[in-house]
Amino acid sequence: MSIPDDYSISRRGLLAGGAVSAAAATVAANPEAEVAPAKPVRRPPTARVSFEVNGTAHQLELDTRTTLLDALREHLRLTGTKKGCDHGQCGACTVIVDGRRINSCLSLAVQHDGDRITTIEGLGLPGKLHPMQEAFVTHDGYQCGYCTPGQICSAVAVLDEINAGIPSHVTANLTDAPKVTTRELRERMSGNICRCGAYSNIIDAITDVAGVKA
Amino acid sequence: MKSFTYERVDTPAAATAAFARNAGARFIAGGTNLLDLMKLEIETPAHLIDVSRLGFDRIEATGDGGLRIGAMVRNTDLASDARVRRDYGLLSRALVAGASGQLRNKATTAGNLLQRTRCPYFYDTNQPCNKRKAGSGCAAIGGFSRLHAVVGASEACIATHPSDMAVAMQALDAAVETVDAAGKTRSIALADFYRAPGTTPHLETTLAPGELITAVTLPKPVGGIHIYHKVRDRASYAFALISVGAVVQPDGSGRVALGGVGYKPWRVKAADAELPRGAKAATAALLAGAKTSHENAYKLPLVERTLAGVLMQAKG
Amino acid sequence: MKFDTPATDNPIDRLKVVGKPTNRIDGPLKTSGTAPYAYERHDVVPNQAYGYVVGSAIAKGRISSMDLRAARAAPGVLAIVTAASAGKLGKGDFNTARLLGGPDIQHYHQAVALVVAESFEQARAAAALVRVQYTRAKGSYDLAKAMDGAVKPPPAFGTESDTRFGDFDSAFASAPVKLDARYTTPDHSHAMMEPHASIASWDGDKLTLWTSNQMIAWSVGDMAKTLGIPKENVRLVSPYIGGGFGGKLFIRSDAVLAALGAKAAGRPVKVALPRPLMTNNTTHRPATIQRIRLGATTDGKLTAIGHESWSGDLKGGGPETAVAQTRLLYAAPHRMTAMRLAVLDLPEGNAMRAPGEAPGLMALEIAIDEMAERLGMDPVAFRILNDTQVDPEKPERPFSQRRLNECLQFGSELFGWEDRNPEPGVTRDGRWLVGMGVAAAFRNNLAEKSAARVRLDRHGMVVVETDMTDIGTGSYTIIAQTAAEMLGIPLDQVDVRLGDSRFPVSAGSGGQWGANSSTAGVYAACVKLRTAVAEKLGLDPADAVFEKGKVRSGGKSVALAKAAADGEIVAEDFMEYGDLAQKFQQSTFGAHFAEVGVDAITGEIRVRRMLAVCAAGRILNPKAARSQVIGAMTMGAGAALMEELAVDKRFGFFVNHDLAGYEVPVHADIPHQEVVFLDEVDPTSSPMKAKGVGELGICGVAAAVANAVHHATGIRVRNYPVTLDKLLDKLPDVA
Repeated sequence: MSIPDDYSISRRGLLAGGAVSAAAATVAANPEAEVAPAKPVRRPPTARVSFEVNGTAHQLELDTRTTLLDALREHLRLTGTKKGCDHGQCGACTVIVDGRRINSCLSLAVQHDGDRITTIEGLGLPGKLHPMQEAFVTHDGYQCGYCTPGQICSAVAVLDEINAGIPSHVTANLTDAPKVTTRELRERMSGNICRCGAYSNIIDAITDVAGVKA
Repeated sequence: MKSFTYERVDTPAAATAAFARNAGARFIAGGTNLLDLMKLEIETPAHLIDVSRLGFDRIEATGDGGLRIGAMVRNTDLASDARVRRDYGLLSRALVAGASGQLRNKATTAGNLLQRTRCPYFYDTNQPCNKRKAGSGCAAIGGFSRLHAVVGASEACIATHPSDMAVAMQALDAAVETVDAAGKTRSIALADFYRAPGTTPHLETTLAPGELITAVTLPKPVGGIHIYHKVRDRASYAFALISVGAVVQPDGSGRVALGGVGYKPWRVKAADAELPRGAKAATAALLAGAKTSHENAYKLPLVERTLAGVLMQAKG
Repeated sequence: MKFDTPATDNPIDRLKVVGKPTNRIDGPLKTSGTAPYAYERHDVVPNQAYGYVVGSAIAKGRISSMDLRAARAAPGVLAIVTAASAGKLGKGDFNTARLLGGPDIQHYHQAVALVVAESFEQARAAAALVRVQYTRAKGSYDLAKAMDGAVKPPPAFGTESDTRFGDFDSAFASAPVKLDARYTTPDHSHAMMEPHASIASWDGDKLTLWTSNQMIAWSVGDMAKTLGIPKENVRLVSPYIGGGFGGKLFIRSDAVLAALGAKAAGRPVKVALPRPLMTNNTTHRPATIQRIRLGATTDGKLTAIGHESWSGDLKGGGPETAVAQTRLLYAAPHRMTAMRLAVLDLPEGNAMRAPGEAPGLMALEIAIDEMAERLGMDPVAFRILNDTQVDPEKPERPFSQRRLNECLQFGSELFGWEDRNPEPGVTRDGRWLVGMGVAAAFRNNLAEKSAARVRLDRHGMVVVETDMTDIGTGSYTIIAQTAAEMLGIPLDQVDVRLGDSRFPVSAGSGGQWGANSSTAGVYAACVKLRTAVAEKLGLDPADAVFEKGKVRSGGKSVALAKAAADGEIVAEDFMEYGDLAQKFQQSTFGAHFAEVGVDAITGEIRVRRMLAVCAAGRILNPKAARSQVIGAMTMGAGAALMEELAVDKRFGFFVNHDLAGYEVPVHADIPHQEVVFLDEVDPTSSPMKAKGVGELGICGVAAAVANAVHHATGIRVRNYPVTLDKLLDKLPDVA
């Protein structure tokens, strides 16, 4: 794999499989296609970022525009985190950063320098699933599976949020510690849309893990 | 999304200096609204200054018994703060009525105040929008306007401000503390923070270019019963059709602010004075001069009814 | 194998594996994020470039000029595809609008270009630099205005546009109790969580497309037709699909543009439709205007049923068949139905979960509720009274199974219907007005030809291959259950491979035919494999019993694996169907019950309880089937209370074209849902004796919710969605 002189050898370049070098061959291979003319390679601004994903340290040199979601999916190839809307409207991209769940689509990767990120793959993999993943399987808390990693990351974080005493829209009394109730779970999970409509089963799965009666 | 350069700064002075140095610079903290808009090229900063690690993430008591909320305090942390829950319940309630748990974990106090409208025509860059592109026209007027403003709008723009938190802040007489490139600080009453659309709906606040929000202050607690009623079609994770935030005292006096009706969290001092006379009187003052379309006329009775419900609830 | 006489006893009836509420076999992959969806296939081909779609800024007209210079010069750009550069393209049989527009524009956000670049960020930025000048043409965007010019459409899905039976006009005119009401349903968006996405790679003139698609064989054909290449040169791979609901029955612009982009760039290209583009770029469920006329005797017998529906679509499109269920659901001697189609220049209307019945029942089942109210009858009793056991338009033709009344009766017992105060608007829970509603569910059963290949290896492992898809329906699991049952082996000895056009052609996922049809195809292949195995083992295929990993016959018992000791045994077959569906009307039935609370002050509506009782043939996996039904109930609740694509009637597009603007239910909207399946087998449907449930589940839900809102408030809303602004002026006064 040859890397053009003006293209720094970055983690991205290596991981993405030498995309740049192959581009040069394109022009010759398809003379009739409408191909961009040869031009000086203008490099979009990049920035270096280091963070830990599922316990593994990563150093990346990224186009500054890269979201945390795309850094995970396209650069680290951790595709368990899903892109459903890319605009913070569905929750499929939910990951846990330093113990808090966020929408990774609305977060620039370069802003996460030094952060510890947990994705669905970090919770558990086939053969060694996290209890929440097991519960989703048992209760059939998913159908197409596309929102599922986000639902599970959210569910894990939601139980922590309730434990930490963070109030929600349906918490009856702001000065009391919130409890794990189906009402609380439904409100708190509402940032994760499931168009297949597995909600009823998802709440059953979470209450099962939380050890409370649905 | 257009390319941009990025830097992270450690001090407010570095932040404002970076702004002065770079044409087309913007501050970014939580990014939940800015990045959304950048993806659609509604926002096209050439340089992003990451102010998320300036240390403005504390909530402190002020000398006069109020609270100073750091600009970068996350919505979740603000809603969960014991003092806020005890003394400024309206704020806590408004925060947890907004967005989703994931977004509240990221969104900051300053960013929440600065979030831009959710008007679908603003979001669709094929459509004319005076707020997005000055002078291009307004597609919302005469279009799908069920969610749009009924007060304070202009011939150029009928967009609403989407924040729930800001409604509570408005009712609680919050002020915005800022610092500019010269290091000069000032405090802007939230009541003076948002600009009416007039003929320039693209100008939304009274902040000067490069002026950085450092904190939001709340005066000392006012007691009373705090209620935030957000009305929406979907039970959660939706912007308000309208919302009513109120603090009601045992004698029936109090204060009220509305969301989803105008370009800013809507408060009319005269309406506060009418509160003891009930929802009809207060609403008449709040929505005086309202202009509605066929699609959003329902907001008028809805505000009145919701406020009536809030007052009933406050009575217990 | 041909299925032309009702099924008798067969190995499936043992129900050792089939019929059990087994966990899905793809569960560990889906819950760990390791099930690969189309856009994520980093593993299949190296050197993938990124494509980004540019959508038309106008709804109708022409591109007058396109300036690609800035986009071409942008960093990382490899190629740009436009109609001008793509060469001659065909149009797929299942597409109404072209998937790459230009110079003529047929609808808003129709794709007009694909920009291919090294990275996603570069492609997206360069796409924004494509400058297009348009000449706008006048279009038709308002169904209410266009309905007067609507015409009688040709038969759709074999369904005539108009039917008449008896003398509707006289019967309606003379009926002592009458209803004549108009209902509207808005445009709906599938809004599946995974955007349409494809990776295309060319090897010479052969195309491989990793995509997200419900119907592999249809789409191979349409890709070939669109690109003008032989079908044999197209391979489609779609093992995991992040939701479809009818929105992925066909190839869409992502697939065609990925293929064209890959050709232009000379390397693999991946394309996902950006969420804000999806709504207008792809298909939707068309809005309807429906007129329903009912006539009845004073004791509640329907004498006349009339149902007319108007919908719109692009020129060349079809109607929303909203009157379909009315031809079959209730008895009445005099009947008429009619569908009219207007030309609208909105994006393409097409199938969405239970096309026809879903919006049709949204109207019909309110009308039935209104009629019961006029008659002073209980809405459950009124429905039961007007049951029919034969096709009302062809009385000589019985239903194969019809247990609607049992669904209604059992459901009302479970739901506590008898506690319901018949008077609307009087039941209170604090500030909430509380109401209960009911609706019948009805969806026809369709059985489609479906093939599969089964391989047995020397370890006794069985591999099933079929191009069937699993769009969240549970196909992997029920197919594994079917093979395990047929071959007498445990579920974990079956490996199911789906969604690859190299596999035998299945029924695919649509029209709720997938479960019964695809497993029947696997049944056929397994029958063939059983014969081959028995013969190989020297046993009599006619009486061989496959059980516990062994094959028994004539006192002999041999391990199944032994048959493949010296080489894999492969069997392939298909199931096709005779005329049983003509002799018997095969349908699925159910009853939906909903309880809502309506805030007496603000009019906010929240669903408090939901129950569905379904009778839909054998339930192959009650756990997965229940999920299909609760999911459909959720979508139905959305249709009742919030879902509406807002049409900008000036510019001709759906304004709320993202997931913030087009609200679908979230967790907080949905209570615990109960689902009951009546014990039923339908020997006329297939050897599986099963039918579908995935669409039945949505049919009637919205009306049950709307009827509950009426019961809670006394307010009848006939225009969906039922939102608070339609209640406010009729709610009790607030002090």
